[in-house]
Amino acid sequence: MPPDGAGPDRGNAAALAVDHVSMHFGGVAALSDVSLRAEAGSVTGLIGPNGAGKTTLFNVITGLQRPDRGSVSLGGTDVTRKATHTRASLGLARTFQRLELFSNLSAADNVRVGLEASGRAMPSAAMELLERVGVAEEAATPVSSLPTGSARLVELARALSTDPAVLLLDEPCSGLDERESASLGHLLTSLAAEGRAIVLVEHDTDMVLRICSTVHVLDFGQVICTGPPDDIRRNLAVQEAYLGHASEAGATGTGA
Amino acid sequence: MSVFLSFTVLGIVFGAVYGLLAIGLVVTYNTTGVFNFAQGAVGMVAAFSYWELWQNEHWPYLLAIVFIVFVEAPLLALVVEFVLFRRIHGATVERSLMVSLGLLVILLGVATIFWSSPDVTRAVPSYFTQSDGTVLSVRLFGTNGVTLQYQQIMIVVVTAVVGVALGAFLRRARLGVAMRAVVDDPELVALAGARPHRMAQTGWVLGFMLAALAGCLIAPLVGQTGLTTTQLTLLALNGFAAAVVGRLRNLPMTFVGALLLGLATYYAQGYLPGHINAGLAAVLVEVVPVVFLFVALLVIPAARLAPAGRLAVRPPPRVVTARQSAAGAVLLVAAAVVLAAMAGATALATISQGLALGIVGLSLVLLVGYAGQVSLCQLTFMGIGAFTMGKTLGGDSWWGLLLAVVVSAAVGALVALPTLRLRGLYLALATLAFGAVMYSAFFDNSSVISDGAPVGVGRLHLPFMSTVSNQTELIEVAVAAALCALFIGLVRRSRFGRRLVAMSDSPAAFAMVGLSSVRTKVIVFALSAGMAGLGGVLYAGQQSSISANDVQYIGSLTLLLFVAIWGIRTISGALLGGLTAAALPVLQTHLPASLADLTGLAAGIGIVLLARSPEGILGMSWLTNRVRLPFGEAENELGLLSVEREVANAA
Repeated sequence: MPPDGAGPDRGNAAALAVDHVSMHFGGVAALSDVSLRAEAGSVTGLIGPNGAGKTTLFNVITGLQRPDRGSVSLGGTDVTRKATHTRASLGLARTFQRLELFSNLSAADNVRVGLEASGRAMPSAAMELLERVGVAEEAATPVSSLPTGSARLVELARALSTDPAVLLLDEPCSGLDERESASLGHLLTSLAAEGRAIVLVEHDTDMVLRICSTVHVLDFGQVICTGPPDDIRRNLAVQEAYLGHASEAGATGTGA
Repeated sequence: MSVFLSFTVLGIVFGAVYGLLAIGLVVTYNTTGVFNFAQGAVGMVAAFSYWELWQNEHWPYLLAIVFIVFVEAPLLALVVEFVLFRRIHGATVERSLMVSLGLLVILLGVATIFWSSPDVTRAVPSYFTQSDGTVLSVRLFGTNGVTLQYQQIMIVVVTAVVGVALGAFLRRARLGVAMRAVVDDPELVALAGARPHRMAQTGWVLGFMLAALAGCLIAPLVGQTGLTTTQLTLLALNGFAAAVVGRLRNLPMTFVGALLLGLATYYAQGYLPGHINAGLAAVLVEVVPVVFLFVALLVIPAARLAPAGRLAVRPPPRVVTARQSAAGAVLLVAAAVVLAAMAGATALATISQGLALGIVGLSLVLLVGYAGQVSLCQLTFMGIGAFTMGKTLGGDSWWGLLLAVVVSAAVGALVALPTLRLRGLYLALATLAFGAVMYSAFFDNSSVISDGAPVGVGRLHLPFMSTVSNQTELIEVAVAAALCALFIGLVRRSRFGRRLVAMSDSPAAFAMVGLSSVRTKVIVFALSAGMAGLGGVLYAGQQSSISANDVQYIGSLTLLLFVAIWGIRTISGALLGGLTAAALPVLQTHLPASLADLTGLAAGIGIVLLARSPEGILGMSWLTNRVRLPFGEAENELGLLSVEREVANAA
């Protein structure tokens, strides 16, 4: 494990830095020696087949699971041993692949809990956030009765409620139609433009390659390639041409 | 040496029986996802049936056992599965917990109806006795050795054979393997050609058969002088403790847990220092299994406990508005004033007690309904409040009330602290253990509360009145209940209330917005326990005393059940639940003796309803569509008004 802050970039540390993280479930390596960086103001993509370890990596970053080795830091602060809620107050937020909403509260109240937790309880703030993600008309609806797509957007609004510096999004487009996906793409770009670091896990490869500045490809718990979208596109094309589609490769991986 | 050996033998024999109970629990839990709180009660019903068939109907005892284990228990299991548990497959932890607690209350009711009349002694003779009554036994290791009764050997052998056979069945047999798979993913197993219903039925049948076998085996050991319900249901706790050691999953570890527990209990009995008094010694022995359970829950790492049930989307909440709350409170007090003028002495007392229990019910709405923290020791907090009141400044001062609330709240916070990482079922078990410990070690302990004598508790002084009459007391309780109801409504609409619901709905997301559940949990436990303590002060004031009988853990379960049956997330439900719990025992005295246990009966009917409507009677759709309740929970649209106003403002 590299000592805290030993890197050369102490002054302008990455918003999120994951260094040499490994994690095992029994005998299966869910993550082995994964490193990645997310910079403020950019969208970083994370793609890979089901079971490649993407969600496990998010769980490690957010502290819901403890890694066997490696470290996680936020804006230069080592948070590897910090509790989830401490990381959140350091500016980390996420959405979940399997929705984690406060299902007995209305959409507005879901966002309000986050606003209140970060001490920003202006009455209009909840509505503004819901408007921004495009579900303002559902404000009063209990989230348990929302369709998946809208529920995902409510979750995104809640993630934004703490005004995060680093935002992890786990398949935000699933359940959205094409038009909604496109507008979500614009939203993510504008969120990044506000100076947030966004890490995007998404199966919609076209969208990832369109809006991300850097893309990591994860397979069997390892980063198998990293680069700007153009490189990845070329790489993917090669993979698909010679090896079949990438998502077929990881069928035996562990549950992420 | 011989003392050590004989306690070892007793420990192993009882451990074996606990082991049978516990593996039944584990098998049912792993095939159905339901933790059967009634496991011990099934054993109890079996033990009574055994007495009935053998001693009363004069069946050969082997035939009786075969009938009970292979006919009665499976039939009972199938009925229970069909009527109660099929409906709640995949339900929330809280709901399946309520239904299985309900089954416990029902079976206790059944036992009370059939086997409670005091004019019969239900003595069960030992197995392997000669015609002159001597128990057959064999002597080991000479004069310094130990006497083994044949029945003790038989119990251990039967348990070992059953354990090994069950292990082989689950590991090898096709049905057994499918049963292990079904809990992980019932749909997947269904796709693979197995029938999940069949699996669940098999799980229940096996669990009930093991419990019945345990009941038949233990009957002669505990029933030499007569079987009683209380003595037999205590078995249940022992089974729970062993199952937790086995992490609700591992059968060999469950057996190890059961044996350790049996040995610990008997060594405690055998080796307590001679100088402590007999009363305290009895308490310590009684407390061993419960402390064992409590420690096991705290020590065994959370991550390695089996997942306790699945999450399901519950119907949307109905938040009471300030206006509805105020109207409900005024209505409640007005009704109390009218009743105080009209009702007779019994009715007055019952309604006062019911409303006091209703306050305890409101504390459950806060803790269980909103925050999702299941507590099975609410009457313990109530008792602590009443006890503190009784011991302070003559037992009738306002300072005493204040102190009572503060002390109960502090105890609540203390319970919350060690159990912080426990959720759902495990938290419920820990609170059950706490309630049982407090009952044996404190309320029922003659060195704390002098033998059998209740602690006197007075009624709160009012200005310009020398004594508080029953009428005034009713109004006093009603005002307190109304204030508590207002308070609960206020909490639910507050920032803290949203936080409680959020914590209950998704702990992961709760942490992810930067909130720590530690503070929230401790606060909600303290608030809830304090409110229960207030209820206790008023309850005890009504009957001018508090005794161990008022705070038994089964009472905590019954109150929770009645509140859940009316609606655990509704204020009216809490008050109705309290009134129900107080009224049933009184109504019972007017009924024929054949309905000896109205509480069990009512709980039975209620639980069947609860299996169909998770939000209780007040949450049933035919009611919510037609009726407007005083505290407004059955009404949906008004609760959302504030948000709608906000939408309008923002637009």
